[in-house]
Amino acid sequence: MKILYFAWLRERLNRSEEEVTLPPEVQTAGDLLAWLATRDEALALALEKPAQFKVSRDARIIGPEASILGANTVAILPPMTGG
Amino acid sequence: MSVRITDQPFDPGLLSNAFLAGDNGAGAAVTFTGIVRSTPERPITALILECYPELAENEIAAIVERAKSRFALTAASVLHRHGRLLPGEPIMQVMTLAPHRQAAFEGAQYLMDYLKTDAPFWKQEETPAGRQWVEAKAADDAARDRWLSAR
Repeated sequence: MKILYFAWLRERLNRSEEEVTLPPEVQTAGDLLAWLATRDEALALALEKPAQFKVSRDARIIGPEASILGANTVAILPPMTGG
Repeated sequence: MSVRITDQPFDPGLLSNAFLAGDNGAGAAVTFTGIVRSTPERPITALILECYPELAENEIAAIVERAKSRFALTAASVLHRHGRLLPGEPIMQVMTLAPHRQAAFEGAQYLMDYLKTDAPFWKQEETPAGRQWVEAKAADDAARDRWLSAR
């Protein structure tokens, strides 16, 4: 599964995307945020307030309880500041 | 076309005139144009907008559909730029058409309030001292959430 990172999250991680293989217990958007934070120190620090991020699955926003199983691309989205 | 994401400059007047042409059933049109701001107190040299275009198109299309049905708009359109913009340049434009003015105004405000918090754009200010990300404002969330209790 491809994970995309945007804006300050992308800068803090020093990458805009990565390919990951999820362990079987990671099934929802919320699970994914928690699991990513365990992978390395930069992710742990950047994702320490997980509730502020929105998550999209194949370019649609999903809630924290929604499944990410079978997704091609999941994006982690910091609070948006457009308009 | 009701949603456009682009890295190209646009002419607000041309866009508005094109939107107005060809609908004789509407008595009210509202246009809102967002502009890159630089003030003496807070000078910036540019505003850099990052975007997730595919998601922006999907999310804004969904917001436009909700606005059209909630306020019975006869048409609604959103254009949003990304990339590097200079002070004074238009960032985005929201346009609504409705039979009467209240729906056109409210529809445009609803669109703006949801665009601020739910469309995947991120602003970075370029200043003489360097670049910094614009922080999301609680006031923007509050502006959006008032539509949850209204009506």
